[in-house]
Amino acid sequence: MTAVEHESVVAAFAEEIGRSDPVAVVGAKTQWLVGGEPAEGVRLVRAPAGIISYEPAEMTVKVRAGTTIGSLNEELGQHRQMVPFDVDDRSATVGGVLSVGRSGIRRRRYGHIRDFVLQATYVNAVGDVISAGGPTVKNVSGYDLCRLMVGSLGTLGLIAEVVLRCVPVPTASRWFTYDGDPRNLDASLFQASSILWNGDTTWVLLEGHEADVESQAGKCGLQPTEGAPLVPKHGRLSKRPSDLYGLTGDFLAEIGVGVVHVGVGHLETSGAVEQTGARHLHRAVKERMDPKNRLNPGRCPIL
Amino acid sequence: MHRTGPIVELVSTISDAAETIQQLDTSQLVKHLVAAIGADSVKSGRLDQHLYAKDASVLRGTSSVVTLPRCTADVQAIVRTCTANGFSFVARGSGTGLAGGAVPLDNAVIIATARMNAVEEVDVENGFAWVQPGVLNLDLSRALLPYGRHFAPDPSSQQACSIGGNVANNSGGPHCLAYGVTSAHVLAIEVVMADGETVMLGGLDAEPSGYDLRGLFVGSEGTLGVATRIAVRLTPNPPIVKTLLLDFVQPNDGAATVSSIIAAGVVPAALEMMDQRAVEVVEAFANAGYPTDAGAVLLVELDGMADGVAADVETVRRVAHANSVRSVRVAADDAERDLLWKGRRNAFGAVARLKPDYYLHDTVVPRTKLQEVLEKVYEIADRYELLAVNVFHAGDGNLHPILAYDSREPGVMDRVHAAGAEIVKASLDAGGVLSGEHGIGLEKRDYMPLMFTSADLAEQDRVRSVFDPADSANPMKVIPSGSRCGDFAGHTGSGHTIPEGAWV
Repeated sequence: MTAVEHESVVAAFAEEIGRSDPVAVVGAKTQWLVGGEPAEGVRLVRAPAGIISYEPAEMTVKVRAGTTIGSLNEELGQHRQMVPFDVDDRSATVGGVLSVGRSGIRRRRYGHIRDFVLQATYVNAVGDVISAGGPTVKNVSGYDLCRLMVGSLGTLGLIAEVVLRCVPVPTASRWFTYDGDPRNLDASLFQASSILWNGDTTWVLLEGHEADVESQAGKCGLQPTEGAPLVPKHGRLSKRPSDLYGLTGDFLAEIGVGVVHVGVGHLETSGAVEQTGARHLHRAVKERMDPKNRLNPGRCPIL
Repeated sequence: MHRTGPIVELVSTISDAAETIQQLDTSQLVKHLVAAIGADSVKSGRLDQHLYAKDASVLRGTSSVVTLPRCTADVQAIVRTCTANGFSFVARGSGTGLAGGAVPLDNAVIIATARMNAVEEVDVENGFAWVQPGVLNLDLSRALLPYGRHFAPDPSSQQACSIGGNVANNSGGPHCLAYGVTSAHVLAIEVVMADGETVMLGGLDAEPSGYDLRGLFVGSEGTLGVATRIAVRLTPNPPIVKTLLLDFVQPNDGAATVSSIIAAGVVPAALEMMDQRAVEVVEAFANAGYPTDAGAVLLVELDGMADGVAADVETVRRVAHANSVRSVRVAADDAERDLLWKGRRNAFGAVARLKPDYYLHDTVVPRTKLQEVLEKVYEIADRYELLAVNVFHAGDGNLHPILAYDSREPGVMDRVHAAGAEIVKASLDAGGVLSGEHGIGLEKRDYMPLMFTSADLAEQDRVRSVFDPADSANPMKVIPSGSRCGDFAGHTGSGHTIPEGAWV
């Protein structure tokens, strides 16, 4: 496809979104209920799919928002690279995962998924195609509107395509369990990719060079295990890492991060511990960027 | 960094400032500011106005009053007083910015954060520290040393630059190749808005609700408000660090090694390149044993666990040999590492051995285009009879061409600016961006349309205006004035204009 044809794909998406009536974007619906369902009867659109360009020596990939995480990582994997967007369902889309803005269980090692977005092209409330950020791995040109898109649930603009930073696939990747206090591990392991705790057992993912993984596991008395534990799906809490140790019931906490996955019957089911202190400002951003509330009406990222 | 004869410049600018003062009555403003925050925190003498009228760029503005707040309440009082008296304001850290971001326009009041320099709280378990904006970058990492942690962004100016300034510019540094830029290392920011209200952006829990206004604020160059407290993320110090010096006869072999290292799946903690001129001046200054006859050298730092680092060292060695490296030197101990880094960190100052003045540029190109753009940089500099020296963050394609010159030569600044404009365009033509870490400020404001459409710029300004509708926080920066269009209803811009003679 030529550059002009690529632009026409974005233009067609903008055309479909239009300029006036309420519209919601749908990906694979793997996190469809986060922040509320779109209002009833709202017109649904799908973002275009496909990898536009991939430069292994740059460690960057330009990809359309409707591309599935599974197919993206399959392509990147050919060059032993990946985007560490850990999803349970490989059909989840790039645009969907970014719009919801929830990082996966390896955030402890790789950081927040927002930090992988170098450039975002989206369609705004009046149907204009907007590009923010830049295609290179480092860039401070202009306001970082890419960050605003991540976690916005498509309420400020509908993502058409993004340039993402990739990372190398680690040579070894092993899950272990641990019987002691997870705080011991938090302090003594360097760059564990994930430490998960359910109040009883601790699961640890170590990634890197084979010998480092084995020596760290040996030093801390970790037991090899098959893989990641089942992650409860009923709710998700946001806490400080130090506030995880009084939890009870059916939960799985991300040690060192503060995300808690909870099962059915848990007292808390959602919500950040610390409510945003600038709610009026968040609302003002929404009102300025989408004054008619036509983008994903019904969905709200502001608690 | 712009080293002109200090006395001559001082005298001429004091007389400029005196003219400004005759036109501008600040007596009421000063009276109100003194009442609000005390006389020892308000400076309105001509010398202060002169000192704060510029940053480390070659640009100069005009300031009215300089304030030195001690706390958030002081900043609120200053901002409210400014607004009530019709003045804009500019937050300023250490003034090390290179894009004119802290240069006051519109007779803005300076809010200098130097006295707000406390590390308030270090919370290792939760992985953050609350710091005030005037804390210096290197002082923060020193304060974190007893905890085995550091603040990852490390601009070359880290001895002098402030965390508030790092937040404003989304600063990088050599080690952001593996660790990410400032945005990835800031959890929450307390901000005094243009209306004097305080808001908290981001949060200390894992997933604060709402839009990522924290991420929007980082890199907004002081145009969305004044950061008064910052929760920075703590990074554990790596157990093993290895620093390698790679010596190439041919510069293009060095450049090819950069992208081959990345393509081989190694992301070094830092991957820096110096050209022959840079090596010469750095060696004369640092005596680090840099090979002065090399066409280019790479400084490669690998960190992490012992076996992974050892494997990476071997990969880098193999890739370098495949690209005709002449020698690979691995620093034997911390002292040797520090010596190699000392040369790199002081490279810009060492350029004074070539010419008394220099202009430091900052663009990013794809790693695979490094050599092509470097050759263009030399060609452009030759054409304008300037000396180009290159010391840069090669691993992320972040070029820092230095144009060395002597400001006593008549008309030289015109050549410096013209060459700079061509370098920026050459970088964009190669698929690059305007700035990797210095910011847009004033220096590159009018280049923004080269990278963004008018719709893109209008969108950026629309978001900006939510925070600061009257354009009183660091006015006239980042967005070119012609691109300001307020909201979708389309009212015109703020009406500010840049005063004649603001540019030096």
